[in-house]
Amino acid sequence: MRITVDPLKCQGHARCFALVPELFVVDDYGMSSVKGDGTVAPALEDRALLAIANCPEFAIEEIAGEDPPG
Amino acid sequence: MARTSPVTDWSVDFDVLDHDYVADPFDIWDDLRHRCPIAHSDRRGSTWLPTRYEDVTAIAHDVEHFSSLEVAVIPFDGEEPEEPILPYGLPPISADPPLHTWTRRLLLPWFSHTRVAGYEAMTRELCSSLIDGFAARGRADAAADYAQQIPVRVIAAILGVSDSHADMFTGWVRDVLEFADDPERRAGGVQGLINYFLEEIEHRRDRPGDDLLSMLLHSEVDGAPVEQSLVLGTAALVLIAGVDTTWSAIGSSLWHLATHPDDRKRLVAEPDLMPFAVEELLRAYSPVTMARVVTHDVEFAHCPMKAGDKILMNFPAANRDPEVFEDADKVVLDRAVNRHVAFGSGIHRCAGSNLARMELRVALEQWLRRVPEFHLDEGQEVTWAGGQVRGPRLLPVVFP
Ligand code: HEM
Ligand code: SF4
Repeated sequence: MRITVDPLKCQGHARCFALVPELFVVDDYGMSSVKGDGTVAPALEDRALLAIANCPEFAIEEIAGEDPPG
Repeated sequence: MARTSPVTDWSVDFDVLDHDYVADPFDIWDDLRHRCPIAHSDRRGSTWLPTRYEDVTAIAHDVEHFSSLEVAVIPFDGEEPEEPILPYGLPPISADPPLHTWTRRLLLPWFSHTRVAGYEAMTRELCSSLIDGFAARGRADAAADYAQQIPVRVIAAILGVSDSHADMFTGWVRDVLEFADDPERRAGGVQGLINYFLEEIEHRRDRPGDDLLSMLLHSEVDGAPVEQSLVLGTAALVLIAGVDTTWSAIGSSLWHLATHPDDRKRLVAEPDLMPFAVEELLRAYSPVTMARVVTHDVEFAHCPMKAGDKILMNFPAANRDPEVFEDADKVVLDRAVNRHVAFGSGIHRCAGSNLARMELRVALEQWLRRVPEFHLDEGQEVTWAGGQVRGPRLLPVVFP
C-alpha cells in the first residue's frame, strides 16, 4: 500500500500525524507530507486507513493499483 | 442585554442568543437539518444558518462568494469611529487572501507541534496548582476555578505578557465575544485590548524579547516592517481566539464527564483512549461558530443569498450531522472515524489547533488524575454562554 498527501488540499489539521507519526511529517506551517515515498509497511496499513478516514480535508489518498517498489 | 421576543419558527426567525438555544441547541439543529437545512433570520440583519456538514464545509471552501471580512456572529451595532484603529480587523481571521495568507504564515510556526510540545510541562503544572487550590474543599466550579484559568495563562506566556493580568484579559475577551450584543461593553473590551498591546509594543520596540509580540513587531514582509495596526490586530486575535474557545472546550468536556459517569469511569480506567476522547468531545461540543459575508448575490443550495447577507458557519451543527457521523448525538469516546470540523475547514483552519488540543488533553488528564470521581452539585445552577463561542460559565461540581 502506498499513500500520498495532496498539498493543495491539506490545511494542517495534523490529525494524520497524531494518528500515525510513523507515516507523516508535518512542517512548521502545519503542512503534512508522507515520509519517504509513502509506502506503508503491512503492519501500519490499518492505521494508514484510519488517517485517511479522519482527515477533515480529504487530503490523504491511497495510490491505487500500485505494488510497493523493490 | 437586549431581551428579544421568543422564536416560534426556527427555520425563518432563528435567534442564536435565545436562552434555551444557548443551553441546548442540539434538537433544534436536528429539526432544521430535516426541514430546512439552511435556516434564515432577519433578527440581526439578513443571516443564514446552515446545519449540514456538506453545506458548512462547502461554504468554508468557497472564499470567493463567502468572505471573512465580517466574522462576528453578532454584528456590532454601536457607532463606528471615523478612523478605525484596526482597519484590517483581526487578521488572519478577518482577512481574505492575499492578506490572510501572509499574516497566517507569520503565526503558524508559533503553534507548530514542536513549539506546542514545549508548553506542555508548564500547562500541566498550571493545572496541578489550580487543583491544589480546591482539592481539599470537595467542591469547585470546574468552569470558573479551572477551565477559565488555563488557556489565558498559556497564551500570555506565548505572547510574552505578564499572567498577573489574566483576569483583565479574560474580562476583555468576554466583553468582545460573550457580551457582543452590548455595544458599549464590546467596544470597551476592544479598547482595553488595544491600549494594553500598544503599551506592550512600545516596550518591545528597542528591546525585543523572544516572544510572539516581539516577533510580529520586528518581522519584515516584502522588505517592509509589518504595519502597527496589523501587529495590534494579530496580537489581539491570538488572545481573543485562544482564550474563550479552549476554556469552553475544557468546560464542556468536564460537564460531559460530570453528567455521564460511565464515560468518566471509562476514561479513568483506559487513559489510552484520551487522544480519541479529545477529538470526540471536540466534535460533540464544538465551541466555535464563525461568520462569513456574501460577496455577491448567489443561489446556494436553493437559498437566494444576497450580497451583504451573513452566514453563520455552524461547525458545531455540522459535527452532529447524522449523514456523516454514526450515532451523531452520542458521545462515543473511542470513535475511530471522526472527520470533525471543530477547528474549521479550508484556509482558515484554526492556527492554534495544536495548542488547543494539548491544553484540552492535559487539562482533562490532570483533572481525572486528581479528581477521578465528581458530579454536578445538584443544588447549584450550570450556566452557558453562546453565540460565537459556546461553553459552560458556571459549572459547580462536588467530589468525595
Ligand atoms: C478548542 C479550542 C479552539 C477552537 C474550537 C477553535 C476554533 C477555531 C475555528 C473554527 C477557526 C476558524 C475560523 C473561521 O473559519 O473563520 C479558528 C481560527 C483561528 N484560531 Fe482557533 N480555536 C480554538 C483555539 C485556539 C487557540 C488556542 C488559538 C491560539 C492562538 C487559536 C487561534 C486561532 C487563529 C489565529 C485563527 C485564525 C486562522 C485563520 O484565519 O487563518 N484558536 N479557530
Ligand atoms: S489530517 Fe489532512 S489536512 Fe490535516 S495535516 Fe493531515 S493531511 Fe493535512
